[in-house]
Amino acid sequence: MPPNPQLNAKGELQHLLSIEGLPREILTQILDTAEPFAGVTEREVKKVPLMRGKSVFNLFFEASTRTRTTFEIAAKRLSADVINLNVAVSSQSKGESLLDTVANLSAMQADVFVVRHGSAGAPYLIARHVKPHEHVINAGDGRHAHPTQGLLDLYTIRHYKKDFTRLTVAIVGDVLHSRVARSLIHGLTTLGVPEVRVIGPQTLMPAGVESLGVRVFHDMRAGLKGCDVVMMLRLQNERMNGPLLPSAAEFFRNYGLTAEKLALARADAIVMHPGPMNRGVEIDSPVADGPRSVILPQVTFGIAVRMAVMSIVAGN
Amino acid sequence: MNKLPEAEILLPKLAAELKARVTPATAMIGLYTGGAWLAERLHPLLGLKDPLGLMDIAFYRDDYAKEGLKHDPKRTKIPFEVEGRDLLLVDDVLYTGRTVRAAMNELFDYGRPRSISLVVLADRGGRQLPIAAQHVGAVVEVPKGKRLRLKRADNGKLSLDLEDAA
Repeated sequence: MPPNPQLNAKGELQHLLSIEGLPREILTQILDTAEPFAGVTEREVKKVPLMRGKSVFNLFFEASTRTRTTFEIAAKRLSADVINLNVAVSSQSKGESLLDTVANLSAMQADVFVVRHGSAGAPYLIARHVKPHEHVINAGDGRHAHPTQGLLDLYTIRHYKKDFTRLTVAIVGDVLHSRVARSLIHGLTTLGVPEVRVIGPQTLMPAGVESLGVRVFHDMRAGLKGCDVVMMLRLQNERMNGPLLPSAAEFFRNYGLTAEKLALARADAIVMHPGPMNRGVEIDSPVADGPRSVILPQVTFGIAVRMAVMSIVAGN
Repeated sequence: MNKLPEAEILLPKLAAELKARVTPATAMIGLYTGGAWLAERLHPLLGLKDPLGLMDIAFYRDDYAKEGLKHDPKRTKIPFEVEGRDLLLVDDVLYTGRTVRAAMNELFDYGRPRSISLVVLADRGGRQLPIAAQHVGAVVEVPKGKRLRLKRADNGKLSLDLEDAA
């Protein structure tokens, strides 16, 4: 097997490209390091001098406001300099290749590249070509992975449920197109969650998803029984009324999370969503705004988790 | 080689010295890990009105560019207002002074204390920064290539120990 492209010769995290293939110790290191950063974000001075003088380049080949913003906040709270590049509308449209773009930015003394790209594997390609002191963090590549989202989901679950080894977690909705689901499944199984369920219509399930170590349910009510954590996925607008789904209304009837369906999960179950939410499509407003929703804490924790990832990779 | 001083004998002496200096504005902060152990023992002996603060200076270290984040840091918890207080900053061993420098930088992100006094169980010399402790349990000579550190036994007893420097 080729060496893991995310780890350096000492087995330390050099780039964060995917949760898949990372050992449990590194996942735990990231979650443990995020904990004190969460403390920093609660202070009046929400900034530490750790990455003073380092430059973080946010390289977004695909539009994303929320993820880009949380990376920007995280980098600023580490005292790094942040440069945002909306590459989709600049060099790429002028015909520059991905690697030429990166080589040019590298010449501007980058330390960390945060990369979002529509094609799976693009951050791997960049990681293979950067200099040894440069680090790549995948902020979402195609349908493949979104590791910092997966890590913030894991952090949220650990925050509320403490112990991974006795949990039942359900991931509901459009698993097929979801890089968030894929990253979370790898993280949960690596950290020893005994039962991970995926719930959704056959048309939105990747073929062979069972091989990731999950149980598949097409009946949401059956799937939610006994769950400690319910993770709802966003149904992307462009999928509605397409060949995979009859209508948003029918999807909501079968797979939308309502108070009545949530009552089938454990009484202390938490509800998560990676955002942005489609209210009335995959989640009902009273649930999204209800006492068991931890959707907004997820966003807050996401900053601490991204601070942890950046400071770990940039230090290795 | 000289015998190391007994931490459990130094501790009550240090507490008595501090007790005489306590003001209504005094509060205590221990530095992880050894300083926190020492502070947990000193704090109840001084009758301070605020709970003990605990601090991990990992995000303020000056060797991050060289070393990275070396261990999993702990969360700093300061359960009182720092502004205007007389702070007792507690560490186990004073050596280069770099930890204390980092701790002072972190403290000022919480507020502007009226004063900071440094309390250490052992001063082993070797300062690389202009820093001195106001309250010292003992001055200890440490042979070259060795590291002086505080240990805590399962029964909570503290002791000073020499180990090979990494």
